Amino acid sequence: MQVFLSILRKEFIQIFRDKRMLAIIILVPVVQMMVLVYAANMEVKNVDVVVVDNDLSQSSRSLANRFSGSPFFTLTGTTFNEKEAEALLKDDAADLILSIPAGFEEKLIREGNASLQLIFNAINGSAAEISAGYAQNVLLDYNAGIISETLAIERNESPGGINTVVRYWYNELLDYKHFMAPGILVILVTIIGMFLSGMNLVKEKEIGTTEQLNVTPIRKHQLIAAKLIPFWVIALFDLAFGLLIAKFLFKLPIEGSLLVLFTYAAIYLVGVLAAGLLISTFAETQQQVLFIGYFIIMIFILMGGIFTPVESMPRWAQIIDIFNPVCYFMQVIRMVLLKGSGFGDIIPQIIFSVIFGILMMAFSILKYRKRA
Amino acid sequence: MNRFWGFIRKEFYHIFRDARTLIIILGIPVSQLLLFGYVVNTEVKDVKLAVYDQSKDDVTTRIINKLTSSGYFELVKNLDSDNDIEAIFKKGKIKEVLVFEPDFAEKLEREGSADIQLLADATDPNVARMVAMYTQNIINSFLKQEQPLATVPMQVNASIKMYYNEQLRSVFLFVPGLMALIMMLVSALMSSISITREKELGTMEVLLVSPLKPIHIIIGKVIPYLLIAFVDSLLIILMGNLVFNMPVNGSLLLLMGECFLFIFLSLSLGILISTVAPTQLIAMFMSMIGLMLPTLLLSGFVFPIESMPEVLQWFSAIMPARWFNEIVKNIMLKGVGFMYVWKQTFILLAMSVFIVFVSVRKFKIRLM
Amino acid sequence: MMGNGKVIEVKNLVKKFGNFVANDHLTFDVHRGEIFGFLGANGAGKTTAMRILCGLSKPTSGEITVNGFDVYRQSEAIKRTIGYMSQKFSLYEDMTVAENMRFYAGIYKLPRSKRLKKEAELRDKLHMPEIMNKLVGSLPLGWKQKLAFSIALIHDPGIVFLDEPTGGVDPITRRQFWKLIYEASANGITVFVTTHYMDEAEYCDRVTIMVDGRIEALDTPAQLMQTYGASSMNDVFLTLARKAKKAVG
Repeated sequence: MQVFLSILRKEFIQIFRDKRMLAIIILVPVVQMMVLVYAANMEVKNVDVVVVDNDLSQSSRSLANRFSGSPFFTLTGTTFNEKEAEALLKDDAADLILSIPAGFEEKLIREGNASLQLIFNAINGSAAEISAGYAQNVLLDYNAGIISETLAIERNESPGGINTVVRYWYNELLDYKHFMAPGILVILVTIIGMFLSGMNLVKEKEIGTTEQLNVTPIRKHQLIAAKLIPFWVIALFDLAFGLLIAKFLFKLPIEGSLLVLFTYAAIYLVGVLAAGLLISTFAETQQQVLFIGYFIIMIFILMGGIFTPVESMPRWAQIIDIFNPVCYFMQVIRMVLLKGSGFGDIIPQIIFSVIFGILMMAFSILKYRKRA
Repeated sequence: MNRFWGFIRKEFYHIFRDARTLIIILGIPVSQLLLFGYVVNTEVKDVKLAVYDQSKDDVTTRIINKLTSSGYFELVKNLDSDNDIEAIFKKGKIKEVLVFEPDFAEKLEREGSADIQLLADATDPNVARMVAMYTQNIINSFLKQEQPLATVPMQVNASIKMYYNEQLRSVFLFVPGLMALIMMLVSALMSSISITREKELGTMEVLLVSPLKPIHIIIGKVIPYLLIAFVDSLLIILMGNLVFNMPVNGSLLLLMGECFLFIFLSLSLGILISTVAPTQLIAMFMSMIGLMLPTLLLSGFVFPIESMPEVLQWFSAIMPARWFNEIVKNIMLKGVGFMYVWKQTFILLAMSVFIVFVSVRKFKIRLM
Repeated sequence: MMGNGKVIEVKNLVKKFGNFVANDHLTFDVHRGEIFGFLGANGAGKTTAMRILCGLSKPTSGEITVNGFDVYRQSEAIKRTIGYMSQKFSLYEDMTVAENMRFYAGIYKLPRSKRLKKEAELRDKLHMPEIMNKLVGSLPLGWKQKLAFSIALIHDPGIVFLDEPTGGVDPITRRQFWKLIYEASANGITVFVTTHYMDEAEYCDRVTIMVDGRIEALDTPAQLMQTYGASSMNDVFLTLARKAKKAVG
C-alpha cells in the first residue's frame, strides 16, 4: 500500500506541475462543447428554392407561397427558364427547383390532378431526402387546402380517414444538439483517457526513468494501477465538467440518474485507460502513440454511431461493433441522459464493459515487461 | 542539380524505410474511404418497430404488414399495455411505437376516421424525422390502395428528381472531404513533422551549412510528400469509382490540376508550421488542431455549412478544404467546367501565394 | 547473509540476441565491500551483463546469483537489495529533490522516521539545504548525478550498480563523485561500476576488461599494469583491444 501511494502521489505531482496539462484538462471540454457541438449539426434547414413558374396562375402562385411560408424553405428566386434554374443549382445558389409546367391550373381544374416537378441537389443524400419529405408535406397541406376550399371538409381529416398523430419522444423539438452533445462527451472522455495514459508511460520510456522503476521492487500491478488512477479521475472530472457546460449552454436534459451514468463511465474508463497503456507498450515514442491512437480512435468513433445509427451500418460493421467499447458508451449516455434509462436497462452494456476492462487490464499487465 | 536529386533520393529512402510510415500513407486513405463508404451511412433501414394494437382487426393487421414488408421496418414486439411503451424505449433498441386505437376498423368504417399514434424515439432527431416520414408515406399509400374511390377531387402530384446523386449514396458526399483530409494529413502534417524533426535532432544545421541552398532543402524535403499526396488522391478517386461507383463527370485533367493546387497549398501550410514549431509534438498539435480538425468539421465534409452558427461559417470560409470540397463536388458530380469553379480556384491560389510569402519571410528571419 | 564474502557469483553467463553474442561465457565473483570495475569500449557488452545482474534482462544461460538470489527465479528479491543508477539520468526532472526522495523512499517502503533521517543526511552532505525544494531539472548535471547516487542508496542496499555514472561531466566533478563512491564502499556497500574512462579504472579495487563480449582480463589495476608491462590502465586496454582485433583479422 505504501508503495502504491508513493507512485500515486508522484503521478499527481507530475501531472499538475505541468501547467499545459491543466490547460488541456480545462480547455479541451470547453472547446469541444462550444465548437464541436455547434459544428456537428446534421439538421437540414434554410433549403433554398428557386421556382420555375411557367403557368403564372392563381394556383401556381399560391403553391409557391406555401413553400415560402414554410420555415424550412427559403424562396430565393423565380424564373421562366429551366436552364437558368439548373445553372443556379449547379452554382450552389439553389438546393431545390420547383418546376410548375404551363397549363398546370387548367389541368388541375379540368382533370382533377396535375403534376409538377421537384429537382433536388442530392449530393448530400440524407439532406435531400429530408427536404423531399418536407416538400411532400407542403404539397399534402396544399392538397388538403384545395379540398377544404372546394369541399369544405375539415382540414385535418383527409378523406382516407386515418389520422396519424406524430409525437417525438425524448427530444420533442428535435434539437440536434441534444443528440450530439452526449456523443461528443463520449469522444472527450475516450480521447483524454486513451491519449494521456498512453503518452504518460511512453514519456517515462523516452526519458529513461522506466529503467529506474524496473530495478526497484515495484510490482507491475501497483505501477499500472497508480499510473491509471490519476487519468481515471481526470476523465471523470472532465465528464462532469463537460456535462455542466452542456447543461448550461444548450440545456441538455438530464433525465436519468447521474449515479448510473458515472458508475458506467467509471467502468468504461478502466478499459479505455488500459487500452492506452497497451498502445504505449507497443510504441517507442510519443509520436507513435499519437498515430496509433488517432487511427484506432477514428475507427472506434466513426463505427460507434456518433452521428449515424449503427442499425444503418452493414452487417459486418455491426458485428465488429459488438467489440467496440465506444459504441456501448454512446448508447448508454444517450439512454441515461435523454430517456432516463436506469441500471436495469443497460445491463448488457455494463456486462460488456466489465469484460472489456478486465481483458484490457490483463493484456496490458501481461504485455508490460519489467525485464526484456 | 545532381546534388539536389541525391538529396531527394535520400528523403524518399527515409520515408519508405519505415514500414509504419508506409502503412499510414497507404492504409489510412483506404481504410477511411471504406469506413466512410460503408459504415458512416445516414440511410435509415431495418428500423426496429413495436406495435400496441388495441384493436387487432383486419385493417390494423394489413397496415402492419404493409409496414414490415416495405423493407424499412422490422416488427420486434407487440405490446399489451400503455405502460410498456416507456419501458421498451428505455431499453434502447426500439425506434418507433405505433398505437392503434380500439375498434380501429369499425370506427374507420362507421365514422370515416380512426387514429394512429406514432411515437418516435427522437434521441436521434434525423432518424426520428425520417422514420416518421416513411411511416406516414406508407400509411398514405395504403389508403390510396385500399380506397381508390375515395380519391381526392383535386390533387397535385410531384415527380421528384434527385440530381447528381440519384441513389442518394452517402459516400458521394464524403469522397471530396476525405481527399482533402488525407492530403492535409500527408502534405501538411507529415511534412511539417519531418522538417521539425531535422530541427529537433540538429541535422537541419548540418544541412544548412552544406552547399545546398535553403530553398533546395525545403523543396527536396517536400517533393516526396507531394508525390505521395498525389498518389493518395488518385487512389481515392479510383477506389471511389471502382468500389462505390462514384463518377468523374467533369474533366479528369481539371480535377488533377485542382488536386495539385490543393496539395501545393497544404505543403506550404506544412512548411509554415515547421518554421514556427520548435518540436515535433508541437508541430503535430498545431497541424491536428489548426488544420485536420477544421478540415473534418468545418469544411462541409460531413456537416452542412449552412446549418452552422454564423461565427463558424466565417471560420469555414478561411479553411482551404471548404473551397476544395466545392471544387471536387462540382467537377466530379455536377460535371461542370472551369467556369463554375474559377472563384474557388482563385481563392485557393490567393491563399497559397499568401502562405508561401509568409513562410519565406519566417524562414529568412530564422536564418538570420 | 553469505559466509564466503562473495555477493555476486557468475558462472558461464551467456546472453544472445538472435545470432549476436553479447556476453560470451563470463565467469567472475564480486566480494563484499569492494569496488568492482567493468571496463570496455561501447558495445563490448558491459551494460548487457549489468542489466542481467539487476534483473532487468534474462540471461540465455549460465549460473548467476546476486546477494545469494538466483537471477532466473528471484529477480524481484534481488531488486529489494540493490541500488541502481543508469547512464541515462533517471530522476524525475519535473519534481523537486525532496519529492524524488520521498517517491523512492515510498517504493522501498522506508518508514517515515528513516526517510527524514536520510533527508537530513543528504542536506548535510550537500551543504545546501535549499536544494531540497528545487526542481531536479534546474540543477547542473554534476549535482543531478550526486543526487541520483544518494537516492540509489536510500534503502541501504548491499550492492549498488552504477552504469557509466560520470558520463558527460568535467574531471573535477568526476573526482567528487568518486569520493562519494569511496564513502559508500567504506560503509560496507559493494560497488559495481561500468565505465569507459580508463583513468577511473585505477580507482577500482579490481577491474574486469571486456572486449567483444568476452572477459579479457580480471585483476587489480596494479597487477594488470604489471602483467601487461603498461604504465597506465589506458595502455593495458589498448594492448588487449589490439590483440582482440588481430585474433579476428
